[in-house]
Amino acid sequence: MQKNNGFMSWVDQRLPVSSFIKNHLTQYYAPKNFNFLYFFGALAIVLFVLQILTGIFLTMHYKPDALHAFASVEYIMRDVSFGWVIRYMHSTGASLFFVVIYMHMFRALIYGSYKQPRELLWIFGVLIFLLLMAEAFFGYLLPWGQMSYWGAQVIVNLFATVPFIGPDLAEWVRGDYLVSDATLNRFFAFHVIALPLALAGLIFLHLAALHSVGSNNPDGIEIKENKDKKTGIPLDGIPFHPYYTVKDLIGLTVFLIVFASIIFFMPEVGGYFLEHNNFVPADPLVTPAHIAPVWYFTPFYSILRAVPPILNSQFPGVAAMGSAVLILFLVPWLDKSKVKSIRYKGSLYKKWIIAFVISFLVLGYLGTVPSNVWGQMPKFIPLLGGLDWATFVARIFTVIYFAFFILMPWYSKKDKTKPVPKRVTKK
Amino acid sequence: MKKFIAILISLLVSFHSGVALSADGSYHLDKAKINLDDEQSLQRGARNFINYCLNCHSANYMRYNRLADIGLSDDVIKENLLFTADKTGDLMDISMDSSEAKKWFGANPPNLTVTARSRGKDWIYSYLRTFYVDDSRELGWNNLVYPNAAMPHVLWELQGIQNLEDNKLKLNKPGLLSTEEYDQFVLDTTNYMVFMSEPAKLVRHKIGYYVIGFLLILLILVINLKKEFWKDVK
Repeated sequence: MQKNNGFMSWVDQRLPVSSFIKNHLTQYYAPKNFNFLYFFGALAIVLFVLQILTGIFLTMHYKPDALHAFASVEYIMRDVSFGWVIRYMHSTGASLFFVVIYMHMFRALIYGSYKQPRELLWIFGVLIFLLLMAEAFFGYLLPWGQMSYWGAQVIVNLFATVPFIGPDLAEWVRGDYLVSDATLNRFFAFHVIALPLALAGLIFLHLAALHSVGSNNPDGIEIKENKDKKTGIPLDGIPFHPYYTVKDLIGLTVFLIVFASIIFFMPEVGGYFLEHNNFVPADPLVTPAHIAPVWYFTPFYSILRAVPPILNSQFPGVAAMGSAVLILFLVPWLDKSKVKSIRYKGSLYKKWIIAFVISFLVLGYLGTVPSNVWGQMPKFIPLLGGLDWATFVARIFTVIYFAFFILMPWYSKKDKTKPVPKRVTKK
Repeated sequence: MKKFIAILISLLVSFHSGVALSADGSYHLDKAKINLDDEQSLQRGARNFINYCLNCHSANYMRYNRLADIGLSDDVIKENLLFTADKTGDLMDISMDSSEAKKWFGANPPNLTVTARSRGKDWIYSYLRTFYVDDSRELGWNNLVYPNAAMPHVLWELQGIQNLEDNKLKLNKPGLLSTEEYDQFVLDTTNYMVFMSEPAKLVRHKIGYYVIGFLLILLILVINLKKEFWKDVK
């Protein structure tokens, strides 16, 4: 013990390890009333590490070459020892990363974790979400299946809709006149180094900002405002370690059970996590009849489809899709409510958040099906006759999606809030 | 721009891949009741596949010696199944040139290694049983599951000759196998193709039970650990 202390003090004089552990674990005080929604932040970190680790092993065997990419993935699935586990961990991890991030964002949204003083924390989070979408998109091209290829073709062509510079921009992104070996190579570079590096930096900033302002909680109360006068420790705070490390272990284990169930029993998840068509090697000469993005992009894809072209340009749809994500940056300033948490907000906010969640889910579902799935509206309806029902519904929910944000300054101000207690409650 | 609109239109009529397997064409696919634990069926399927399919179709993501997973030893493979390769460690390749093949058939016969994952088992099982005579086609055959398929009915000697009468298939000239025998032949082949598309499937579930069993025990432990630590949190 003595020797150990001697070693630690030697290290501490040169690198502040002990004080780092104190500041960020053993004496970082988190509110004691976290519920299950607070598991998802820790799970996102676990998944990030897992994706990096499995990614490193995949890179050892994968070949970013249009002639060999598809075969090298099959080589991993068959000839590399337990390569199939690593590959399924990576493909399942990608989808579950989005499940976890969506839950994490929903948590922040309903408990007001973006409000003063956590605006920067939220902005870093939205940036992480943006980069994560890019990371997933670049990674999806790598197996070089038909969906990889044509999905990339569609998304890169979105750039081509930008007025004036569009076609040149798309060509610049692809590095060729069509998605090709050059595109695969650069997407590989983005996927394995550029974006993971940027993500790691942003995650560091996200955590640094979090530990500087402290965690929010389901009551939306600042625990730092109620400190023990003698010790200066927040009365409603408990040290992150050991309390939340052991609690997060439960969340992690439950998560791993879900994760393992998918990997070992249903890695394709009915074509949602691994699309059937992606088991056909990419063929630039054969356009599949049905191109659909992976499920985690479908709400935004629905918005893209819902907006009609204006003056023969698809750009408005692309702009709407982009705004659907970018509008998240403004949330800290759109919310004018006096309280943070949904627990003390009025019925107006509750109605809006329910409408928002429903619109997100419906748009997500509609993005996975053809727009003629519910048939067409009868011809006698003026203006709308002949329009696909699904398109009509997608338009309504697109409007609700945006209204949730755009009308927020109005309804959050008008909403009748309840008084917030001084101390956190245990529910 | 036109191309983009064309793609967007194709997207508008698209449907998610989850149902692509059954909605392909109007033919209602027959259920292939395969059993990956039936080693004999898998071995018969491997024999069928190598004898009938692996002449025009390559399966070159798969190695011959992977057949050890379904109980075929190196010697058995060498003596009975190694027609196009020298070593059992070789890939299941074919000698036909793909550009020549395109000239002969109008389309290059696809690599079949992972077809069971793109088309699904029911599709393969139904496809191989629904060929019929059609004089309007170059090679004289057509198919109900995959209309205007470029592939001729390679197995006609076994199945016999079917004609399409009133939208129904009728076996007008019996083949070497009875209908039941032929269905079993196709079922074995389908079973093998499902195995070949993902050899790990044979062990995946077994390992999965151990992993989840371990995690459930771990869950009990961590729940108790948390309770122990949280006793003093009021």
